[in-house]
Amino acid sequence: MMNLLKNLLAWVDERFPLTSTWKAHASEYYAPKNFNFWYFFGGLALLVLVIQIVSGIFLTMNYKPDALFAFASVEYIMRDVQLGWILRNIHSTGASMFFIVIYLHMFRGLMYGSYRKPRELLWIIGMIIYLALMGEAFMGYLLPWGQMSFWGAQVIVNLFSSVPFVGQDLAILIRGDFVVSDITLNRFFALHVVAIPLILVLIIVAHLVALHEVGSNNPDGIEIKKNKGPDGHPVDGIPFFPYMVVKDAVAAVAFLIVFVAIIFFAPDMGGYFLEYNNFVPANPMKTPEHIAPVWYFTPYYAILRAVPPLFGSQFPGVVAMGVATVIFFALPWLDRAPVKSIRYRGPIYKGFLAAFVVSFIGLGYLGLMPATELYTWISRVLAVIYFAFFFLMPWYTKIDKCKPEPDRVTSK
Amino acid sequence: MTENVDQSKRRMLLAATAAAGGVAAAGAGAPFVMSLMPSERAKAAGAPVEVDISAIEPGTMISVEWQGKPVWIVRRTPEMLDLLPKHDGDLADPSSSVPQQPEYCNNQTRSIKPEVLVVLGVCTHLGCSPTFRPEVAPTDLGANWAGGWFCPCHGSRFDLAARVFKGVPAPTNLIIPPHQYLSETRLLIGDDDKSKLKGGQPADKGATV
Amino acid sequence: MNAIKKLGMLVLLMAAPAMAIASGAGVHLDTAPVNLKDQASLQRGAKLFTSRCLACHSANYMRYNRLTDIGMTEEQIKKELELPEDVKIGSTMQAAMDSNSAKLAYGVAPPDLSVIARSRSPDWLYTYMRSFYVDASRTSGWNNTTFPSVGMPFVLADLQGEQALEVEQHEGHDVKKLILKTPGSMQPAEYDAAVGDLTNYLVFMSEPSKLVRQQIGWIVLAFLSVLLMLVYALKKEIWKDIH
Repeated sequence: MMNLLKNLLAWVDERFPLTSTWKAHASEYYAPKNFNFWYFFGGLALLVLVIQIVSGIFLTMNYKPDALFAFASVEYIMRDVQLGWILRNIHSTGASMFFIVIYLHMFRGLMYGSYRKPRELLWIIGMIIYLALMGEAFMGYLLPWGQMSFWGAQVIVNLFSSVPFVGQDLAILIRGDFVVSDITLNRFFALHVVAIPLILVLIIVAHLVALHEVGSNNPDGIEIKKNKGPDGHPVDGIPFFPYMVVKDAVAAVAFLIVFVAIIFFAPDMGGYFLEYNNFVPANPMKTPEHIAPVWYFTPYYAILRAVPPLFGSQFPGVVAMGVATVIFFALPWLDRAPVKSIRYRGPIYKGFLAAFVVSFIGLGYLGLMPATELYTWISRVLAVIYFAFFFLMPWYTKIDKCKPEPDRVTSK
Repeated sequence: MTENVDQSKRRMLLAATAAAGGVAAAGAGAPFVMSLMPSERAKAAGAPVEVDISAIEPGTMISVEWQGKPVWIVRRTPEMLDLLPKHDGDLADPSSSVPQQPEYCNNQTRSIKPEVLVVLGVCTHLGCSPTFRPEVAPTDLGANWAGGWFCPCHGSRFDLAARVFKGVPAPTNLIIPPHQYLSETRLLIGDDDKSKLKGGQPADKGATV
Repeated sequence: MNAIKKLGMLVLLMAAPAMAIASGAGVHLDTAPVNLKDQASLQRGAKLFTSRCLACHSANYMRYNRLTDIGMTEEQIKKELELPEDVKIGSTMQAAMDSNSAKLAYGVAPPDLSVIARSRSPDWLYTYMRSFYVDASRTSGWNNTTFPSVGMPFVLADLQGEQALEVEQHEGHDVKKLILKTPGSMQPAEYDAAVGDLTNYLVFMSEPSKLVRQQIGWIVLAFLSVLLMLVYALKKEIWKDIH
């Protein structure tokens, strides 16, 4: 039997790089042995992607992308489809978990300088994934066709109409109609179910290819490939399979425990994962008192609202929001420090990073709240801090007093 | 700590984890597979149908819908019943040996009450709905025709007990659906579970989670 | 990790005053006595709902046979909810009045109540059904302190009786009180309990799977905890190779 399998493998290997790929990317791909907690989130993001795709496929079997039937079809899934409620809760929880995981994944990048040379392209590809993910989430949220779905989409698409000269036409092109309608719903459905998932998968493959080309960074920010042993492998590296696979398996199970707890005990998550107003069917005639995007978009929404209108146009706010999203792309070139990891950076960077986190979370919270005068004022302060983290970076990373990086990785 | 001890402990742990992981995967897969089963809406739509047969004239047929398909109810006359055993030789399965009917209808008349036939109006060839031809010896069907059904799609023929004739494309007798009488005049098609009956109340097929 | 601790504290410091400001000023809501394990209460609520609410409101996503989840047999459902002969047990709860007529009569179509307890909180529903008062200035003759200028007339006036709104001045701002002027067939405590049952039922109806999801959740969590221990032991065993 074993001989048969060996021969079969040899036959395949002559025609397909199966064993060589396995070696290059798993059993003989070396990753730093000092990975800590923050290094789980890339693998977890992949897990959530699979969860979303599989649950999404089964939801699509029962969902109807028609303004007359969409809301009812979601309730059909919740009540009539056998165990359909589990599928729906998996998908709604998975959407929020995707962003929690991705934000923590990106934060790891900020902490350990994972965007620095030679990983600039890896970072850029990751940022493209982030943008695609935001588009995917935005379009997916329209599908249940509740009040928040409808009005959230209406507000966001109207932002495009604030673009000078082309705005109105752009908004009509996106909607396919003069207001968000059944036509918009159908096309967002096509994009959410087919187009963006395909694009996401392709970009994620590119992300992993780019990663494997340069090798992973690590909490000490040093390049393990600089120190190779007699066997040609980095002395501070260990093969991805089995060591990282089994370690990621532990993280995956722990993550699933959290995931399952939410699905079965608190799928609404206090109205943050499944918003209360979205249990009211979309009514184009009735604007809700309080429209806010889902929690994972609120930091940018707060920045949008913080910027006052200029010449009667909300466009500056839209620009600010856009810059806030894409400024991350510039990080590899903004950071002028001689070291990568926060472990060896000086106090100025640590202070700015802490301030950035506070501003991100603070803006996120304020984006959920109504725009009172006090909240708007605080949002402006936080927005300034947010942008300062990036725009002042070339200056403060240069003057910051860093510690010398070690030659070998440390175990914290 | 020798290599061997390590290996066997390692192997056991791996096997145990793989087994537990397999169970987890099966559990995780359960909602997905279950969601493919008929939903409550499908079950409700396919629920048993209650029919009042008191108005059916002898020698005539009515058609009702059950699970999206036509079910015929024929009130056969004594003359029709007399003619039933006379052409057993022309039938492919005169004694209903192929189980196309519940066992309480595995009889000469393929019914509970001799005069009332309840049959699924779907040809066992390729699914067309045959035409009711109760008249004896019409010109197009020949002198031997004692009443029954003629399928226009490919020419299959069935007698008034819905039994298939020899030499036609259809392989088997028409299907008799499960059914029961709630009273002399009320027929319940789609459910023959008598335990659900309580003092004449109809027992609809309910659905639980 | 120091940076993390620092910013954790900063976040908490920021959050505290913000939460204080954010705690909503609005209508005071009484706590609804929701208990999805109380099948008797759910059944009473179901009866009240189908006999009084379905006249105008629909519950288009709720099937009658789903009530077997709260301990009723199909016979009981048919009998106690007085289902007409032609209504099948698997059918959904339709309103007696069609929505167009209702819109003409009340100015706004009565909303479908299938998921009302997920958009309005149980506390809101419980308070709402007990805060109607007579208001001659309105076409329906009724108003409601929880939902001012509501289009719905008070259909349970025969049970609760009729309340009147009394506004008192207390330290510069208005204090609104509802006083029972005409008693109904139920004592106040009795009526509150009935509305409690109705709210309980509405919570069940909004998410019937809620009954089982926690049970299943515990089983899955227990199993995953075992799996976690196993995979952790496996990780530790395999990582013995390192260093």
